[in-house]
Amino acid sequence: MSDTHTPSPVPPGDRERVTVEPAPSSADSGPEPRRAAAEENQWREVFQRIVTGGWAISLGAVVLAILAGSVLIAFTDEAVQRAAGYFFSRPGDTFSAIGSAVGSAYAALFRGAVWDFTADDFGGAIRPLTATLTRATPLIAAGLGVALTFRTGLFNIGGRGQMLVAAAAAGWVGFTWSMPWPLHMLVALAAGMLAGALWAGIAGALKAFTGAHEVISTIMLNYVAFYLLSYLLATPGLLQAPGSSNPKTRPTLASAQMPKLFEGYNVHLGLVLVLLAVAFTWWLLERSKMGFEYRAVGINPHAARVAGIDVRRVTVSVMLVAGALLGLAGATQVQGTVVTGFSSDIDAGIGFDAITVALLGRSRPLGVLGAALLFGAFKAGGSVMQASEGVPIEIVVVVQSLIVLFIAAPPIVRAVFRIPEPGRRRAARAERKAVAA
Amino acid sequence: MKLELRDITKRFGPLVANDHISLTVEPGEIHCLLGENGAGKSTLMNVLYGLYTADEGEVLLDGEVQHFRGPGDAMAAGIGMVHQHFMLIPVFTVAENVMLGNEPTHGAGRLDIDAARAKVREIADRFGFHVDPDAVVEDLPVGVQQRIEIIKALSRDAKVLIFDEPTAVLTPQETDELMAIMRQLKASGAAIVFITHKLREVREVADRITVIRRGAVVGEATPDMSDAELAAMMVGRQVELTVRKDEPRHTDALLEVSDLEVTDARGAVLVDKVSFTVRGGEVLVVAGVQGNGQTELAEALLGLQANVSGSIRLDGTEIVGRSVRDILNLGVGFVPEDRNVDGLVGDFTVAENLMLDRLSGPPFVTGGMIRLGTRDDFAAKAVEEFDVRTQGIHEPVSRLSGGNQQKVVLARELSRDLRLLVACQPTRGVDVGSIEFIHKRIVETRDAGVPVVVVSTELDEAVGLGDRILVMYRGRVVGIVPSTTPRDVLGLMMAGVPAEEAAA
Repeated sequence: MSDTHTPSPVPPGDRERVTVEPAPSSADSGPEPRRAAAEENQWREVFQRIVTGGWAISLGAVVLAILAGSVLIAFTDEAVQRAAGYFFSRPGDTFSAIGSAVGSAYAALFRGAVWDFTADDFGGAIRPLTATLTRATPLIAAGLGVALTFRTGLFNIGGRGQMLVAAAAAGWVGFTWSMPWPLHMLVALAAGMLAGALWAGIAGALKAFTGAHEVISTIMLNYVAFYLLSYLLATPGLLQAPGSSNPKTRPTLASAQMPKLFEGYNVHLGLVLVLLAVAFTWWLLERSKMGFEYRAVGINPHAARVAGIDVRRVTVSVMLVAGALLGLAGATQVQGTVVTGFSSDIDAGIGFDAITVALLGRSRPLGVLGAALLFGAFKAGGSVMQASEGVPIEIVVVVQSLIVLFIAAPPIVRAVFRIPEPGRRRAARAERKAVAA
Repeated sequence: MKLELRDITKRFGPLVANDHISLTVEPGEIHCLLGENGAGKSTLMNVLYGLYTADEGEVLLDGEVQHFRGPGDAMAAGIGMVHQHFMLIPVFTVAENVMLGNEPTHGAGRLDIDAARAKVREIADRFGFHVDPDAVVEDLPVGVQQRIEIIKALSRDAKVLIFDEPTAVLTPQETDELMAIMRQLKASGAAIVFITHKLREVREVADRITVIRRGAVVGEATPDMSDAELAAMMVGRQVELTVRKDEPRHTDALLEVSDLEVTDARGAVLVDKVSFTVRGGEVLVVAGVQGNGQTELAEALLGLQANVSGSIRLDGTEIVGRSVRDILNLGVGFVPEDRNVDGLVGDFTVAENLMLDRLSGPPFVTGGMIRLGTRDDFAAKAVEEFDVRTQGIHEPVSRLSGGNQQKVVLARELSRDLRLLVACQPTRGVDVGSIEFIHKRIVETRDAGVPVVVVSTELDEAVGLGDRILVMYRGRVVGIVPSTTPRDVLGLMMAGVPAEEAAA
């Protein structure tokens, strides 16, 4: 029971009978918008709960997903299948086959993602970790961009399109202009971030001024960006490398590249930039006036509006900032990871993985960092797991998807791990509701 | 059917929502359950209705112990509940709603809508309800929708009827009609539990009254007790039920509204050529039945309405067409009608909510950054000054009780240098103790020389708080009268009768 529709509890004094005609039709419609607003707020609460809920759920979701992944590994393993053929005569064989299949698969994952214990020297042992960091770099930036919109109550599905236009812009500046390093690198980066910001800003402006839902507009803008880039890549004189008929660009000039951080490893300056972005996003959300407005609009846009916050301006501005972060992700791809020229698959699914990363990271900057590192590790380790143990790399994708599934359905995780109630505040609220008479 | 609750105890963690509550309701009796918001009334009824399982105690019907595992069991045993928020499907007809969950069929799953229609007609005729079984629910007024809920309960042969805060959404006239229906039901032998916190209603229909405070029964009351006695039992101390205030001392401050017209997006006129003035040092109450344009009028004063014509001048400055932030910065304080929707950001802390509309610059924001120290110092002071009961300024505001939430809104709005205060339903859903406090602070603001506009649908609040009362009906001003105007005249005005005729 809410207090919302409860009028003053005590009509004091001796009140005489008030004779009032039945309210006119407009009178009956009076409280309805209120109730609609209250219901809309409930939906927002559910959305906010899913995108910003407790850490325990995130952790539980990862554990459950990895367990489910183990089942899949066992099912697909040939030794297990053989042993299961005579399960009833020697069941122990099946279990030990399962154990060794799962154990060696995850060991390979670890070896590919964190520490190669088979390497001869430290430099070789640490290489998987640097691969993870390289993979995580664009995920961190992209995850931040999506998380920021989650916190503002928007669902930015347009990470792919924003990354693609950013990669196109940063790439174009990177291989056609000529400037000294580091100026060239910074200008290309700025071009990429600006392009991403404007691309996302289109969806923001459509939402603010026409009410177009951002989920639909960002998805459509993904298509537009993809085919626009495909066209540019296939047209000589635009992005296509001269003298080639492949839809691929020229390499990024050295002056526009993000240099490698350590000789002989792929991890590049982009990692430093995205770590700065983590700090910036934290500051933005937790300390700045803009972030305060973002969060207020995300939780309750009605109250924000009454408090003088311009919800339209917030919608456009958060999309611009989020687009810039996705632009950073796109720029690190073409300026750091893939400097030999790129084609229209340069986003590598990161724009969508970013949604998962933001969800798993509870839309908090440090959470996004952790989630992106985990997903980077999955990506880096998955290929080693496939190469050395024959475990299909698709299992990694399945595990990632299951993580999202479990996060979206917190009661499952809570039931399995007996996590008390979904977060303290909601427990308290439920109690309050329960006792409210 | 006789209903008995014995020693019902229900705990939520450390919180005891119901502490050994016992209650007996005889057939043909209206038993009132009186208590403040949060006293544990709804929990008790949810136990009775099978939504919760009691930790201790038992429910008896005609002397037999019942074990409800859900509302279905409770309904089958003859208990019906009329919820505060109707459980109806708006696009279904009356008959469809009534049969929902208990659909008569011709066999093979074919719905027997005629049987449902006949059932509705039969019950409606028995009690003189006048309900068309084929009307679509969303087209019906709120009071009629509530009758459908009652019909629905009766169609399952409910012998015990629970009314959970049934009058919260009704106009005064609909309330009177509901009271009449309850008496009819009682005459037909039903046992009725009536949950409310409105003293007038209690005294009007109750046969017996049980008062609950903090989850425990504090005693039985009788309908002939005075409001002050009942309120004191409910709150646990003597409560000031009248607003204490001196004669207004007018200042030069001035709010002038002329020919204000507000339309909605479809062009329907919500506020129709309204003109009035409020001087500094006086309270103008905008009264009327909910939904006659008062809310839109108040929102227009803050710039929240999109389609506004006419003029609103605050100390000579025109504010129509300005942004909400501009108007707030001019010194307009605004207490919205529904604090949960428009006043507070639930998951924000008390401290964050206290600075929600202070983002324009110092002292809370400098160089785009929030001054955490200033924010927390201010919050600590405001919590102290406005007696907000909270575990700390960093507690999410959604955890506070309604009264304390309202104090947070009030503290935020009254802590600025105000040139106008607009307060909509400032005491709605607020406990009796807080009402006293909120009224006091509004009167203090008035005495400081600020023009105050209060929107209220509660006649008692209008008369107690206002120096003058503006009555609205269908978006128009029916009249502006002194607060000494007799209540029956005000009541007629709220129904659209002009002041002169109403007084005649």
